[in-house]
Amino acid sequence: MQPSDAHLEAAHVIVATDRAGRARKLGRALHPVLRTRQGQIGVVVLTMLIVVAVFGTWIAPQDPNAPTSFSSQILTGPSSSHWLGTDENGRDVLSELILSTQTSMLVGFVAAMVSSVIGTAIGIIAGFSGGWVDRGLTLLDDWFLVLPLVPITVLAASLLGQRANGLPLGQTMVLIIVIGAFGWAGTSRIVRSEVMSLKRREFVERSRALGASNWRIMSHDILPNVMPLVLANAVIYVSLAILTESTLSFLGLGDPNRFSWGQMLEHAQGAGAMAAGNWAYYLPPGICITVAVLGFSFVGHSIEPMFDPRLRERR
Amino acid sequence: MRLRSILLRIGSAVVTLVFVLVFNFFLFRAVGDPKTDLARNPHLTLAGQQAVIHERGLDRSLWVQFERYVTQTLRGDLGSSFANGEPVSHVLMQALPNTLILIGIGTVLASVIGPWMGMVAGWNRGRKRDTFLTQGSVVLYSMPEFWMGMLLISLFAVAWPILPTGLHVTPGSTVTGVGHLVDVARHAVLPITTVTLSLLAQYTVNMRSSVIDVLHEDYILTARAIGLSPLQVRRRHVVPNALLPVVTVIGLQFGLVLGGVITIEAVFSWPGLGQLTLTAIDNKDYPVLQGLFLLTSAMVILFNLLTDLLYSRLDPRIRD
Repeated sequence: MQPSDAHLEAAHVIVATDRAGRARKLGRALHPVLRTRQGQIGVVVLTMLIVVAVFGTWIAPQDPNAPTSFSSQILTGPSSSHWLGTDENGRDVLSELILSTQTSMLVGFVAAMVSSVIGTAIGIIAGFSGGWVDRGLTLLDDWFLVLPLVPITVLAASLLGQRANGLPLGQTMVLIIVIGAFGWAGTSRIVRSEVMSLKRREFVERSRALGASNWRIMSHDILPNVMPLVLANAVIYVSLAILTESTLSFLGLGDPNRFSWGQMLEHAQGAGAMAAGNWAYYLPPGICITVAVLGFSFVGHSIEPMFDPRLRERR
Repeated sequence: MRLRSILLRIGSAVVTLVFVLVFNFFLFRAVGDPKTDLARNPHLTLAGQQAVIHERGLDRSLWVQFERYVTQTLRGDLGSSFANGEPVSHVLMQALPNTLILIGIGTVLASVIGPWMGMVAGWNRGRKRDTFLTQGSVVLYSMPEFWMGMLLISLFAVAWPILPTGLHVTPGSTVTGVGHLVDVARHAVLPITTVTLSLLAQYTVNMRSSVIDVLHEDYILTARAIGLSPLQVRRRHVVPNALLPVVTVIGLQFGLVLGGVITIEAVFSWPGLGQLTLTAIDNKDYPVLQGLFLLTSAMVILFNLLTDLLYSRLDPRIRD
């Protein structure tokens, strides 16, 4: 039987409403973020960064990894062929700047994910279990909060760097591991206190009465409810991860096979770009780091009040 | 404050220190092998390596190694630098005073200017002045410290060359006494300014929200109702109460300050812990990096303890 026009029309309507519904849902989820000026700026910055990171290889005017990119025209100022001039090897600064976006986004997102997973797991287990498990994990949390981030990540990245060759992504993976492994304490603390209040709520009681195991309650009842909080925290942590990545790269612990803003600044400083007045080399990477950090913390902070009514009033 | 709670706090600080020691011990064994690390030290002969292996018990069980590591570390023996064979504790102690100068002066300046700016912003909440100060702080807070230092160099040492670009004395200078001090001070201006700027934003934002919280309190309404002038309300009631939580922030941020100062020193070639970190990274000088981690962690723990004790003295609700 051929489907009649009416059938087709009905099908279209269903698809359309489904699409509209999905769009509305997404809109509703983003609404609190887009309501504030901060959130709007943040979303725009984030979108731009992600686009540049994904399509960077095609956008970049030159492939700075190619041997042909090296030239004798070193540390030149901006020109029509090199909008931001050239570096100490005669390579195009703008291309390096664009490719660096990938490194920052990669390290930022993955490190924040690693740290959120560890922090959420520890926070849920501590808050849900109570008793000596909670006390032990809280103590561990206190200890990790004390470790000064730069000295410990420097030490760990330098030690792990010996094995970088055996890891996928090499030294970049080292940075991800190190930044992810030492930043979870803040997340687990916040998650723990949220779980403490959640576990007394009726829906948890109900699951328990129905015979759900602890594991099921943690993964099916508690986890979805702390997810938004975790998400806000993770987005804010991306900005800290980007900042830490650039610090480590600036100190010479970056991946020699990739470009990164911190590393560019290290090279600019080493090549005497400041004394030479080569502003097009040392200004843009710093601006990019600052803008990226601002963008992520703006979005993170505008997600936050959705879950914390106390913050909502403050604004 | 009761003696018992003081002792409890000191006890918990000691336990944290023990954790750092244990953590450090296992970090080195989880990631690398201390015995092969020794072979990288160009200042140790084969016989010398054997001596260190024997002394540290590296050929013995993990427990013996741990015992020796703890006693040696507590005695201040942190091994010797790969770069020049000098004892690590000696290298650290030489660099520490220079770093403390930057941190000390920078923190004092920032804890005067920051809360003052936060006060102005919070008191004028929603007005132009507030927007300017708050947004400025947020931008400042998002900048990497080392880049801030680079900007200051390009402004005040290159474009308008009134200050030196780096180091802590003019190379080849033979002046002593007051002349030397002036020279060092001139070199310290930009690094200290960078440290101050990097801390300022955090203090401003914290003080602002603290002031806004305090302004909602009933006692402020009372103070206004009994006819105190705005200036009196601000000086006697708002500032003292709003400063309290900021004191904690200043103390607890110490770890971040240390991290920031490391990169700032690297930019200015200031001969402190940061400069040391940079050369240690280049030389893969693990004993020095390890020493740096232990020293900075111990400083953070000590500082947190002091903040904790100071806070409980300042806050009458905890004191009694």
